[in-house]
Amino acid sequence: MSLKIDQDHSRFRSIVRGKIRENLKKYISSGELIGKQGKELVSIPIPQIDIPHFVFGDKQQGGTGQGSGNVGDAMSPGQPGDEEGEGGKKAGEGEGKHGLEVDVTLDELAAILGEELELPDIEDKGKSKIISAKDRYTGVRKVGPESLKHFRRTYREALKRQISTGSYAPSDPMVVPIREDRRYRSWKTEAEPVANAVIIYMMDVSGSMGDEQKEIVRIESFWIDTWLRKQYRGLEARYIIHDAVAREVDRDTFFHTRESGGTMISSAYKLCAQLIDTHYPADEWNIYPFHFSDGDNWSMDDTLLCAQVLREQLLPKANMFAYGQVESPYGSGQFIKDLREHFGADERVVLSEIRDKDAIVQSIKEFLGKGK
Amino acid sequence: MSEFALKTALPAYLRSEQERIERIAKDHGLDFFPIVFEILSYDQMNEIAAYEGFPNRYPHWRYGMEYERLSKSYEYGLSKIYEMVINNNPSYAYLLEGNSLVDQKLVMAHVCGHVDFFKNNFTFRATDLDQSGSRSDPVNRPKDYNPNRRWIDKMANHGARVRKHAGRYGITKIEEFIDQCLSLENLIDPHAAFSGKRHGQFGPREDDSSGDLATATREVPRLRSKDYMESFINPVEFLDRQRARMDREQEKSKNFPEHPERDVLRFLLDNAPLDRWEHDILEVIREEALYFTPQRQTKIMNEGWATYWHSKLMTEKILDPSEIIDFAENASSVLRSSGGRLNPYKLGYELFRNIEERWDKGQFGKEWEECDDLAEKKNWNRRSGLGRAKIFEVRALYNDITFLDEFITPEFCIEQKLFSFAWSSRNDRFEIESREFRQVKQKLLFGLINGGQPYIYVLNANYDNRGELYLKHEHQGMDLRIDYAREVLKALHRVWKRPVNLETVLENKPAVMRFDGKDHSESKGKAA
Repeated sequence: MSLKIDQDHSRFRSIVRGKIRENLKKYISSGELIGKQGKELVSIPIPQIDIPHFVFGDKQQGGTGQGSGNVGDAMSPGQPGDEEGEGGKKAGEGEGKHGLEVDVTLDELAAILGEELELPDIEDKGKSKIISAKDRYTGVRKVGPESLKHFRRTYREALKRQISTGSYAPSDPMVVPIREDRRYRSWKTEAEPVANAVIIYMMDVSGSMGDEQKEIVRIESFWIDTWLRKQYRGLEARYIIHDAVAREVDRDTFFHTRESGGTMISSAYKLCAQLIDTHYPADEWNIYPFHFSDGDNWSMDDTLLCAQVLREQLLPKANMFAYGQVESPYGSGQFIKDLREHFGADERVVLSEIRDKDAIVQSIKEFLGKGK
Repeated sequence: MSEFALKTALPAYLRSEQERIERIAKDHGLDFFPIVFEILSYDQMNEIAAYEGFPNRYPHWRYGMEYERLSKSYEYGLSKIYEMVINNNPSYAYLLEGNSLVDQKLVMAHVCGHVDFFKNNFTFRATDLDQSGSRSDPVNRPKDYNPNRRWIDKMANHGARVRKHAGRYGITKIEEFIDQCLSLENLIDPHAAFSGKRHGQFGPREDDSSGDLATATREVPRLRSKDYMESFINPVEFLDRQRARMDREQEKSKNFPEHPERDVLRFLLDNAPLDRWEHDILEVIREEALYFTPQRQTKIMNEGWATYWHSKLMTEKILDPSEIIDFAENASSVLRSSGGRLNPYKLGYELFRNIEERWDKGQFGKEWEECDDLAEKKNWNRRSGLGRAKIFEVRALYNDITFLDEFITPEFCIEQKLFSFAWSSRNDRFEIESREFRQVKQKLLFGLINGGQPYIYVLNANYDNRGELYLKHEHQGMDLRIDYAREVLKALHRVWKRPVNLETVLENKPAVMRFDGKDHSESKGKAA
């Protein structure tokens, strides 16, 4: 049922959308959304949009209350106003300012993110031209195979006919469809291009990656995920962690493991290449390897090996290769310099340094800003 | 009125309940406008509640915001709206579909209380639409008092007016202007309807505040002369001419407005250079603000009165014995005070009961006031039996401020565990400040005076002889919230279209806040 208030409501929603855009940076760097993520909706707390008036400053005002407690006891924080039985009054005047939570779909959020960071839509690099033919039931018709008989519609038609001809008796509610009553589902075959995409996250979990560094990786990968998911339906994600050796793990482990010991980045790159070879043929998949580390590698030799794997095995198959370097008090931060030296001119390699949480926004922009 | 897609008329069994409850209410002396109950689904209820009870308002996003909040609260089971009733003649009240019969009966009884209050409390006279300017004494109302309060139609007309402008200028432009006007909506004189002042009594005038000549002596200057030449050098005609000239000058140099103007919105409507559509919208905002004023002035009384009557009627007459538990549960949720907050339902209800008891026992008057013997006071009972008559009188002649000011006693304060709280900057939190009667009462009243809002006056509409608006905040110990005040100055500038100034006090120092169209500034010290 449509309500008169729908228009007012939709204008409010668009104002909120603007608010979300303004505050996007805050949401991105706070990471609070990730925990809140429901099925498809995330709740975003936005401040109630207040209309400013000449009012008294909060703290000088005070007021009166009712209940037990001694002089000097703390007041309990404001509770959301009780509205039962408001007599045509403004609800919740005065006390108990309430935050507002707005549900936004992840898709919408990604769109807002895209608009705000001016991210280009990703150009499908043309590898994945699989056309899957899909049958969709789009309508109802009078002829068709018995297996597709639409029972409810058929019944309804029969009922209609019987009522109109007067052969329906409520006391003996028997409905018998005849041939003309029968309805069948009809379908249309739609060609649906499927763009397959996989993100392969790799993270250095050696001793030098602390919780803060991992939090940054977590937040950043959430947003990358959100954006790429909007671009490709059915995005797959794989997770690789490495210290001196690499292994594939599930999402949960990826973000919560802390290993210690040395760092051999090449191990991760090799595993990544292997993963691609076995599961993701390059002509069918858009492949996005993302690697995060603090930039500390075991040896120069290993770095050279990394460059080699990257050049020969990963880059030819991937849409792009992204490396994000998180600043840590222990890492030397050398790796990004080495990569820059080797691949500085290569467009497919995107490098980004993430100093702190506030730098995440910029980093996302660097990673996704090229529309690869 | 019934513009809803669904049928909203009451089903027969509720209609018969309504008739029964109204009959019982009338037997107890309640006197209300005809009441039309409608039954709504929860989303219709939320919609109407978002529109503050009216089926049709002017378009604005904040109703959408309120709707979203109400729908969410309902969906999450945080709260639901049981009833709503609007001050209209006939009064419309809404029941929520699917509520239990006990709840519906309770709401009906509650609504009878509200509508009786709308009809009889003097503050609501301000919402009578056939104002001829003169007001009858609230006590000696005509017996068949039947004022025109067709606010549903008026609000719908407001909607049509605003929509017409929106059609012409675009909703965005209109809505932006409404936002600005809403920032000013509390700058009205809540007692305007009773002030006897008619609007439009001052029109724009040439104003010249160049000098303090206004206060100059009325002595007409004479040319120097010897005594015997006086009548030749300063003839009477000359002196008259001089006097006339001085009068003219004085008239010219008078401040505009002559007296500080409380009704800032009225002043702006009369004097700001507004386009027609702007004028129209500002007028709508002001009228609606005035409509809601009596409800703000009597929230505690109004809810207390309705609660008093629903519990009395329900428990004494209406309820079936099998329903008493359900009723008790509901009643306790209406009257609970959670987290130390003051619940207006409870406060008003308890105070009405307290008044009734005192007047029944004769606990009033000189003798009672002067009695110092606590034991005697406690057992004081003169069997006066005036309680019922007294509360009916109180509901007609008081508003929240006078109600609390006159009837709250130290005993009541203790019995109800009232306290005042204040911000403790040492502990960074609100703390219970006092349970002392005087202090509690003072805080309580302070929160109600002028609706708990600052007093703002227009002092000068031609400040500095540059057509700037100069307002004054009458500081009574509390500073304004600065970020909001800046926004309001912006809104004022949007309407006045010239720089605006506000004299106030910030952190114990006099200050003038100013917005010149581009920048905000705050200067210390008085500028005027």
